[in-house]
Amino acid sequence: MGLEQFKNRNIGEQNYVTLDLGEVPSTNLDRFKQVVSRTFKGELFVGLWVTMREMINALFNDNMHTVQYPLEKLPISPRYRAIHDMLRLLESGHYRCIGCGLCEKICISNCISIQTRYDENQRKEVSEYSINFGRCIFCGYCAEVCPELAIVHGSRYETASEQRASFSIFEDMLTPKENLSLQQEYQGYGSVSDNADENIKKTPLAY
Amino acid sequence: METTIVENLPHVSTAGVMIKAMMIMAIISAIAGFGTFIERKVLAFMQRRLGPMHVGPYGLLQLIADGIKLFTKEDIIPQNANKLMFMVAPVITAATAFIALSAVPVFPNFTIPSWVPLLGGTFVPSIAADLNIGILFVLGMMASGLYGPLLAGMSQANKWGIIGSARTAIQFLSYEVVTGLSLLAPIMIVGSLSFVDFNNAQAGGVGDWLIWQQPVAFVLFLIAGFAETNRTPFDLLEHEAEVVSGYATEYSGMRWGMFFIGEYANMITISIIAAIVFLGGYSEGSFGWLTIIFKVGFFFFFMLWVRAAWPHVRPDQLMWLCWKVLMPIAVINILITATVLMV
Repeated sequence: MGLEQFKNRNIGEQNYVTLDLGEVPSTNLDRFKQVVSRTFKGELFVGLWVTMREMINALFNDNMHTVQYPLEKLPISPRYRAIHDMLRLLESGHYRCIGCGLCEKICISNCISIQTRYDENQRKEVSEYSINFGRCIFCGYCAEVCPELAIVHGSRYETASEQRASFSIFEDMLTPKENLSLQQEYQGYGSVSDNADENIKKTPLAY
Repeated sequence: METTIVENLPHVSTAGVMIKAMMIMAIISAIAGFGTFIERKVLAFMQRRLGPMHVGPYGLLQLIADGIKLFTKEDIIPQNANKLMFMVAPVITAATAFIALSAVPVFPNFTIPSWVPLLGGTFVPSIAADLNIGILFVLGMMASGLYGPLLAGMSQANKWGIIGSARTAIQFLSYEVVTGLSLLAPIMIVGSLSFVDFNNAQAGGVGDWLIWQQPVAFVLFLIAGFAETNRTPFDLLEHEAEVVSGYATEYSGMRWGMFFIGEYANMITISIIAAIVFLGGYSEGSFGWLTIIFKVGFFFFFMLWVRAAWPHVRPDQLMWLCWKVLMPIAVINILITATVLMV
């Protein structure tokens, strides 16, 4: 289909279809007939049935929309960018960060601060690492630039705390050693949600 | 059918009537409070929500929390208000609603067991005041309830209140006509104004219900009942999108709560009238009163159901519906009924 008909903006040349809006009654008798026909049409009962159907669906077919939030939580997308996680190597359990400092360089709000030093084996180790979450805009550049997949975005979106420092120190973001087997790999940008299949619907035009 | 069954009953003493009055006050207030909970729950379910869930199991104690809130809230009287009228108006609404219930049969007859000290053996009647003009009295009392919103709106020195009270006057006065005319046809058939006579006339089972003889009057009475109780298709008095809260704009705390209790008591009264006049009322036997509770419950649920389903009308549509549609139909219905009865 060509685009010509959409590019033509001259009114009156397009093939518009006039909607059938029905006849507007002109005489009093026609108005009376309209009132009577509408009275006995039963459309009010259609409205009653719709609400009753929704109530039956909600109560008996498990179609209630309310999520009782602190008790129930909806799954979040794997792309979601919440508080950062620091991941560990699965084999040795050592943290993955090699102290390259790329995340500090790329951070556009200057909220990451990293300090490194040489340890006794002349390997780089992280001596100080903190993210100022008062400044962080959760853009995700740090996770994208990290060559070791060491800093990723986790799923902690409930960020109310008594102090900002509560989850901004390296050790707090690091996966606990005993939970190493539960460590989630970051699925990467563009990954689909766990419940993506359930969320597929026809477009409204189809029904 | 010229008398009620007063002769057949044990002697009705003053103590019995007092007990009955206190029962109506206590139980109907509690049911009215519980009605707000049911309303929220039903509306929530129809919108696929859960409604109140956190206070008590399934939110059952929510009405106690609401009561605490209403009782402890500051009672504000606006500076330029007519203070006496402002303070009296909610009492009128609540009082007329409960006085109307005094002539309506609520709960079965019973006798207090003789082992109860002081009151043992007292007969408590089903109707607190068994008038032989019960329907007229109830309609009159509900009509005089108009003064509550009217005086409230006029006394509070608030433009929304004035508009709300003006709407009260036109709506209640207009629909009083339809209520009276729609009940006139069943009254002509039964030949009495007593609720007990109505109940006895339909005692022969579902086939004897007056709704089969008077379907038009039943529909008219339901429509007018929605208008008289200020329920949703006709809730113009306090529709918040238009007039903030109408006549109740300046009210707070328990004075507002009395309007609320009055509205719910009126809903119960209308439901009882509809159940007795058109749907056969209560039946005989030890569990006969369960049937009327079921019918009243259905009408109460129907009011909530309609609120969830239907939009409300404009004031001019309301007046058009009343005077140009419902009233002529009611008069024609009476004429046809009269003709059939004469012939």
